[in-house]
Amino acid sequence: MKTTITALVLTLCMSASAAEPDLQTLYELIKQQGEQIADLQRQLAETQGEVAETRDEVKETGMQLASTVEYIEEQGDGGSSASSWADRTSVGGYGEVHYNDIDADDSSRDFKETDIHRYVLFVNHEFNDRVRFFSEVEIEHGLVKDTSDGSNGGEVEIEQAYIELDLNDNHQAKAGLFLTPVGILNETHEPPTFYGVERNDVENVILPSTWWENGAMLSGQYENGFSWDFAVTSGLEVPTSGSSLGRIRSGRQKSSNASAEDLAYTARIGYSGIPGLQLSATFQHQTDISQMSGDGIDEADLITAHAIYNNGGFQLRALWAEWDIDGTLIEALGGDDQSGWYVEPSYRFNTPELGLLQSIGIYTRFEDVEGIRSQDQFEQWEFGFNFWPTDNVVFKIDYRDREHDLASASGRDFKAIDLGVGFQF
Amino acid sequence: MQMRMIIGLISMLWMSCASAGSAPGDEQVYHTQDDYLQGVFQGAIPHPGTIWPDSALRGQLKDILGRKPGLRFRYWGADGKTAWILDQIGKDRPITAGVVINQGKIEDIRVLVFRESRGWEVKYDFFTRQFSELWLDSRQELSGSIDNITGATLSVNAMKRMARAALLLHEYSNQNTQTLANAR
Repeated sequence: MKTTITALVLTLCMSASAAEPDLQTLYELIKQQGEQIADLQRQLAETQGEVAETRDEVKETGMQLASTVEYIEEQGDGGSSASSWADRTSVGGYGEVHYNDIDADDSSRDFKETDIHRYVLFVNHEFNDRVRFFSEVEIEHGLVKDTSDGSNGGEVEIEQAYIELDLNDNHQAKAGLFLTPVGILNETHEPPTFYGVERNDVENVILPSTWWENGAMLSGQYENGFSWDFAVTSGLEVPTSGSSLGRIRSGRQKSSNASAEDLAYTARIGYSGIPGLQLSATFQHQTDISQMSGDGIDEADLITAHAIYNNGGFQLRALWAEWDIDGTLIEALGGDDQSGWYVEPSYRFNTPELGLLQSIGIYTRFEDVEGIRSQDQFEQWEFGFNFWPTDNVVFKIDYRDREHDLASASGRDFKAIDLGVGFQF
Repeated sequence: MQMRMIIGLISMLWMSCASAGSAPGDEQVYHTQDDYLQGVFQGAIPHPGTIWPDSALRGQLKDILGRKPGLRFRYWGADGKTAWILDQIGKDRPITAGVVINQGKIEDIRVLVFRESRGWEVKYDFFTRQFSELWLDSRQELSGSIDNITGATLSVNAMKRMARAALLLHEYSNQNTQTLANAR
């Protein structure tokens, strides 16, 4: 037994001694492992280099992409000198086509008519960030004919051609031919912006919209919502004879070789500091509204005020205007006090569920007009609808019922249905 | 009398120019982009991010803006708040506005550059405060109404479009804490 154990121990010791590598083997092993580590380090370094290279390439590609996008965006914004000029120049327009079916008490005055009432193109240009040019050219009633007696279909008119300068963030000056700062429609009369196929009559007979003059104007607007304008311009030249004697609307000189003997001074103050509310009042003084002394139509003052209130789809417009004209002739004719007012509530419904139709508006308007001519003295009720497929296009339908003040003009009383399409772009 | 009035007008023009202070040639810039962002992030403007709209988002932005959207939209975002600088034409000139969205609602909207001839009211707080706290509803409309300004409808519409676009883009930014499915 003892011999067997001893033999087993000796065998185990000899086996252990045979499994241990010798120094040479260990050296070779370490050398081999060292080479492997060096190889791995080399591979790691190469990989790190490639990663850094890739990172640089990605960075460069990103910069190239950003640069390319910026270039494309700049081209879109007018990168070249030609497109930069184009970018500073804008072209637009508006127009309206009407159909009127008039049923008058005097049937000889009945008529049905369709007319492209006006088509306007505007071109504006920005010389730099503070100096701009605005212009509007209008063709009324579709065509202009050269006839021997001067009668023709319509008119070609330059309604605006002025330079505007920003004096600072709150003040501007303009000079040239511009719209008189008066009333609601005179400066904002694109068809999609108002109700009714025809514009209201107060801003036709009493405020002769569209009313433009040559001159200069200063304007200011402030953070509290107040604004002001003051203009010195050419004035009206009201006729002193004929069927339009003393008629305000016939006094527009339309900037064509306009007499500047007696100028007009216009001041307007406005307030729109409460969202949805706009209040405005204008005073104008003309030293001689006929541009001729001693003819019995002399100094004139215009006072007008309006209010507009919007709340959601609801809107209320109200305007009043009155002329006070001095002169023996105009007083004798009863035209020394010409006035008018209107009120117009409306509601606009958004109708996205109707697909093509974006919104529908319903309105009614009452107006009282007291001009100098018998046909310009009346009361009128009106109601109708506007249909907007998009903000810049409108279809209109309305009904009007007009009654004149004087019995002599009662044959002109009428009921009318009007259809219209209007657009701006 | 007439000559006195004309001289008076010229005097007013001269005084206005003199009081303007800034030299002609400056743009009608009410806030620079940097000043605006400094104010929004209290001096610590975050690194800008970029959204590259895919075709679906481009379609939505086209509906909102009424025109093709740009290739990319840069924004600045931190702590659930994003700021966007956007351009949109009102009547015929672009309006530049800054819009800040916080947790999916409008925190601030401000005109940075105004170039239009009408609609000056949109530059001021009495108009822009109507946008405060509005969000985008399921029809991608603003959650509340914005009262119109007569004579400046197109400028008002431009402001509304920029507000809606910023609210939509916020949902695709890295500051949107809600999933798109329940963002509204």
